[in-house]
Order: sequence, then structure tokens, then C-alpha cells
Amino acid sequence: MQYTEIMVRYGELSTKGKNRRSFIMRLAQNVRGALVKFPNLKIHADRDRMHILLNDEDSRLVIPRLEKVFGIQNFSPSIRVEKNLDALKQMTQQIMEEIYTGKETFKITAKRSDHNFELDSHGLQQFLGDAVIDVFPEIKAQMKRPDINLRVEIRRDSAYLSYETIKGAGGLPVGTSGRGMLMLSGGIDSPVAGYLAMKRGVEIEAVHFASPPYTSEQALQKAKDLTEKLTPYVGGIQFTKVPFTEIQEEIKKHSPQGYWMTLTRRMMLRITDAIREMRYGLVIINGESLGQVASQTLHSMVAINEVTTTPIIRPVVTMDKTEIIELAEKIDTFELAIQPFEDCCTIFAPPQPKTRPKLDKVFELEERFDIDGLIARCLAGLKTEEIIPAQAEKDEEFADFL
Amino acid sequence: MIYFDNSATTAIYPSALDTYVKTSQRIMGNPSSLHGLGTQANRLLQQARKQIAEFLNVQSNEIYFTSGGTEGDNWVIKGTVIAKREYGNHIIISSVEHPAVSRTAGQLRELGYEVSIAPVDKNGFLQLDKFTELIRPETILVSVMGVNNEVGAIQPIEAISSALEKYPTIHFHVDAVQAVGKVDQTKWLTPRVDFATFSAHKFHGPRGVGFIYWKAGRKLAPLLNGGGQESGQRATTENLPAIVAMSRALRMHLEERAERPNHTAVIRQYLKEALAGYDKVTIFSGDHNFAPHILTFGIKGVRGEVLVHALEEKQIFVSTTSACSSRKKVDSSTLHAMRIPHDIATTAVRVSLDGANTMAEAEQFMVVFNHLYEKFSKIN
Repeated sequence: MQYTEIMVRYGELSTKGKNRRSFIMRLAQNVRGALVKFPNLKIHADRDRMHILLNDEDSRLVIPRLEKVFGIQNFSPSIRVEKNLDALKQMTQQIMEEIYTGKETFKITAKRSDHNFELDSHGLQQFLGDAVIDVFPEIKAQMKRPDINLRVEIRRDSAYLSYETIKGAGGLPVGTSGRGMLMLSGGIDSPVAGYLAMKRGVEIEAVHFASPPYTSEQALQKAKDLTEKLTPYVGGIQFTKVPFTEIQEEIKKHSPQGYWMTLTRRMMLRITDAIREMRYGLVIINGESLGQVASQTLHSMVAINEVTTTPIIRPVVTMDKTEIIELAEKIDTFELAIQPFEDCCTIFAPPQPKTRPKLDKVFELEERFDIDGLIARCLAGLKTEEIIPAQAEKDEEFADFL
Repeated sequence: MIYFDNSATTAIYPSALDTYVKTSQRIMGNPSSLHGLGTQANRLLQQARKQIAEFLNVQSNEIYFTSGGTEGDNWVIKGTVIAKREYGNHIIISSVEHPAVSRTAGQLRELGYEVSIAPVDKNGFLQLDKFTELIRPETILVSVMGVNNEVGAIQPIEAISSALEKYPTIHFHVDAVQAVGKVDQTKWLTPRVDFATFSAHKFHGPRGVGFIYWKAGRKLAPLLNGGGQESGQRATTENLPAIVAMSRALRMHLEERAERPNHTAVIRQYLKEALAGYDKVTIFSGDHNFAPHILTFGIKGVRGEVLVHALEEKQIFVSTTSACSSRKKVDSSTLHAMRIPHDIATTAVRVSLDGANTMAEAEQFMVVFNHLYEKFSKIN
């Protein structure tokens, strides 16, 4: 069946009062970003619904992308027909011939916003129901939970028929909650944390700490690839690479191994917070999960979190590893994340990190460092780039080979 | 020269050869090496894989590179019986499979496995009712080719897929060597198909390279153990130049078909109608559900081999059925399976067409054929 448009129903937006309009505009922008590969699409975002006119673009390619956009409750691909009974009858029969296999029950749900149409909703339901029974005399109508619910809408311009409703990603449109910095190491947890933050409307930017030559080019590429896996929900994500070698070497040189981890995390958080400020972010997001490793005990969180008052969102903090893995598999980051490359958290991993670091000891140790100087030099070397969905420009490296 | 033997092998596309040379010269690293040259090679390897996966509408991690069709068939069949040995010892193949499948099955039979052969009808199509009767609780694998290489019959993969819906644990393998780029993918790569085998030199790629589709979640034992390449499933340093050239050739081949979907079908139809006008000509390839590039026929009383050489003298190249077995003094096994009488089957020659062939070549072929036909008629 050649669909002509997709009707999108908004998610929680309806509860957002006066902000509704800006939410809808943002959603439209995100949908446009997600569907940028289809130049013929026309997107109309109304107060209650969004209509995506396909203009001959293939709905089978559009739908999987639309399924990933946050802020959509569900959507129905539909077929536009002329606003007259003959055309409606003919299309209704054609659709039923295509989808009815002899077993299903059916129902017609009619709705009209054009009240000048010759039949009212009830009359139209009756008329199209009869049309179906004309072709399939044995078919059973069922009002409650029919197998096939054929929806008909009479609008001002045309009539629209649809028979399937596809579940959307839910959540809030990315960007409507403001911007946050995602601390992205390259493990399993942080991409999931980023995904969950996006689901609640946060526009994320990735911050990745690289310590060459202790960490490899592959570890950096892996972090970028993971970021790329998060782009279908938004279109593009800013990725900032932080040169972290000097700081890690300094910490190792001047402090006892039990505190390496705590001091390193505090520096990371300070730097992320500084980047957040530069990029007008509101919060920091990380993939900490309570008790998973030494840095993720409550005591460690207290000792690390002390460097900033910026809210830190930890979407997976109370999740079990298996639950996180389940989500990672769903968003297709798991396979990538388990590739074994050293990252900044695994190098210089102390043999016995403190699970209960003491703040006064931390302050005492930090006296030994030129913290401001280290941070300033680090920030001077930041590299930010935009990561965009796959099979785009980055493939051009080998374009003349393939 | 008229080259009508494209099911035996095809000429490599100049640009695929260019890719082969360029990759050999410029991408020198081993994809497994940690340094920049290695990672560069690995990136190219993964992009070649991704491009193939995208053309087949599957995931990159479902494509594994091999040395060609024979290895692919061997891997899927032997890999299945090793991986699933606890679940059963019975496999089913069709009676018209390529020797890479049928002889592999024969080897397994010698080792004690049960092998059932599903028969085909007189046109060369697998008989579905007889096939379903062969399924047993111990069946672990069904292997049926997408397009038969000897007469071009498109096997009923969709119907077999439906029949196998009830047996979700049976591995379903399709040898797609003759199908890709010739017949719509929906006919041979249904969602039920678990494995499919491909060979590059049948679509203008280099020799010695191919790939298999391996549906995620299915189990297969490796045949080549070693350094962990191909996700640990097929060791040996990747043949990167050939793989990249194959990926390019597949893209070009599919684009070519998309541009001129009926090109070989039209030439084939012309040849078929022209040949049908000769009393002593038997045509083995049918019309409905036959690949658009293969036409197998024979002149009664003239052995296929004789016709091949007679045509060769006029610089026209065709095969006696499957080129792989043409040097042996046996008639085509597909024609045998179709219950064609022995003396007729031995006359078979196969014309196999390609995008580079033209109608003018077909017309010239008929001129030469007419001449030879008259000559042979006088002798017989």
C-alpha cells in the first residue's frame, strides 16, 4: 500500500501548558533532522497533530527513523483519498483486500473535522462498513478490540484512511529540557545514560577524556562510534575530546595510589563543569551506577561531587548491570561498548582504590597540584566536532574505493 | 568474441580491478594491527562489509567474508552439523544442488550423518510436498539453492520458508551464488533464511573471495580457527583488496540491474524463441520462474561438448551445463534430477548472459548456430 502521509500524535506535550507551542516547534525540528535524508517530505506541525506528507518517499524507510524520535506517542501512516463516497468506498475495499486474511474482525472508526461532508461520522461508519461486507460477506465486525481498526478522517482538504498505529519512542522532544554534558567514557553505561537523558528532553553533548599514548586512537574512535549510535534520536551531537594525559601523569606522580581514582574523577568533573559553562549547558550526565566500582560508592560520590554544585544526573544510578545491558542492546551500543580498548578510567587503575575516600585527605593531597594551571592547559586543548548519523560524510575517506 | 558463459565466471569490472590495485598499494596495514595503518585497513574492511550489508538490507555483523561460494557452502553445512550435533544428525538438500553442497553432504553421509535429497519436478523445481515429508525431529539443516546454475530454475525459497515456519530451529541455507543481482532478493532472501552464500566472481568481482550472510542469533562452528578474524569465526588475514573490490563490484552490479532490469531477459527471450524454431532443439529452461540470464538447450544427437567446441571455433563461448563438472564424462546432474533421458541430457549446453551482452551478439549467435545446425543435420 502506497502511503501518502504519516499522522503523528504527540506524547506528553499535551500537559505542558503554555510551553506547548515551543515543544511542538522543537519536535518538528527534531523530526526534520531525523528525516533529513528524504528531501521531498513536507512536515506540518499543528496544535494537536503533526502531519508528514510523504510526497512519494518510501514510508518503509521513513518509519524506522520516526520510531526513534522522542516526544511521539504513536503515529499512523495513512492514505489520502478524494473527499467523496465513491473514492472512500473503493479505497476501503482495496485496503481490506490487502490486509484481510479471512480471520480478522474489523471496525471502522470515522471522524470528521469538516462538518459539511455529506455523511456524519456515524453514517460514514455505516456506509464503509457495508462496503467491506459487500466484498467479504463473512467478515465479522467487532467494536471492542477489533483486529483491524480502519480509521477514516474527513478533513478540510481531503479524506484520510489508516489502519495501523505504530508506537513512538515516547518521552519529550530532545532539547526541550535544555542542554547537558554527557561524560562518555566508552563503556556500557554512559551511552545508556545519554539515551535516557535524551528521552526526557535533554540535548546532550558528549565529553570524552583521552590520554594518548596510554589510550589509543581506537578508544577515541569507539567513543565517537558510540556517540554516533545516539545521533538517530537527534540528528547530530557535539563531541568534545579532552586532552587528559598531563593531569593523569601528575596525579600518578604526586599522590598515593589509593587516591588516584578519586582525584582523577574530581578533575574530570571540574573540567566537564567548565566545558558545560562554555557551552551553555545546565547539567552534567554520567553513567554512574551505585556500587558498581570503587568510584561509584556513595562515599566516593560525595568526595567527587564536592567540586561542583551543578546538578549531576545519573540516569542509571539505581539500575542493575543486567538492566543497563538490556537497554544498551536495545539502542545497539552494547557490542561496540564491550570492545576491549583501554580508556582513561582503566589506565592507571590503582590496585586498591579507596571505596571510602575522605574529603579532608583529598583537600590535603590537592594542595600538591597546580589545579588551575592544569585545568587551564587542558581546556586550551579541547577539540569539539559534530558527530552525525552514519553513512554520511565520514564514509568519504574511502569513497573512491567502494 | 562473444562471451555467453557468465554463470561460469564474469569479467572483473575495470573499476573493481582499480579498487583491488589501489587497496593493495595504498592500504598496506593488517586490519588486526593496533597502529594507524592497521586501523585504517580495518575501517576500510568494515566499510566494505557495511556496504554489502546495506545492499542486502541486513546488519553488518551478519556478513562474513570467505574465499568464495564453495567455502561458504562448506562452512554453513559443516559448521551447522558441528554446532548443532547435539540436536540432530539429519540434513536435507535438493537434488539439483551445486557440488559444493551435494558433495559436502556426501562427505557427511560417509561420516554417519543422514542426508535426504528432496526431488525436483520435470522443470527443475523442488517439489514442496515431497520436501516437507522429509522433515524429521532430528533435521538440523535445509540447504536449497536460490537459482539453479544449470537450467536457471528459481527454487521456491518463499514456499520453503513458509513450510519451515513451523520448524524454527532448523537452519535454512540458500546458495545464492547465481541469484544475487539476477533475481529479486525477496525471492531468495526471505526473513526465514538463516544463511546465504555468495561468490564475487559471479558479479564481476575478483576470484577467490565471497561472503556469507549469517543471521544474527544462529549458531555456526568455524572451519578455520586461528587469529580471531571475522569475529573469531573465520581466521586468516583478511583478503582486503579482494574484499573491497567485491564490495564495489556488488554495488555496481546491483546498480546496473536497477538501471536495466530487463536487459538479459529480453536477449534470453529472443534466443529462446529463435532456438525453438529448430526441430531438433530441446530447450531445458522454462519461462515461468526462471532466471533471466540462463538458457540451457541442446541439439538432438549432438553432444554438448561438441557444440561447445564448434561454437568456440567461431569465438563464441558457452558451457556444457555447470562448468565445474563439464570436464567429466557425466551428464548434468540437474538434468538427471529432472528425469531428462540420458541421450537428451548429454546434448545440453548453457548460455549465460550478463549486462555486457547485446542483442547484436545474440543475433550473431543465431547466424552461427544456424550454420552449425545445418552442418550437424547433414552428418546425422
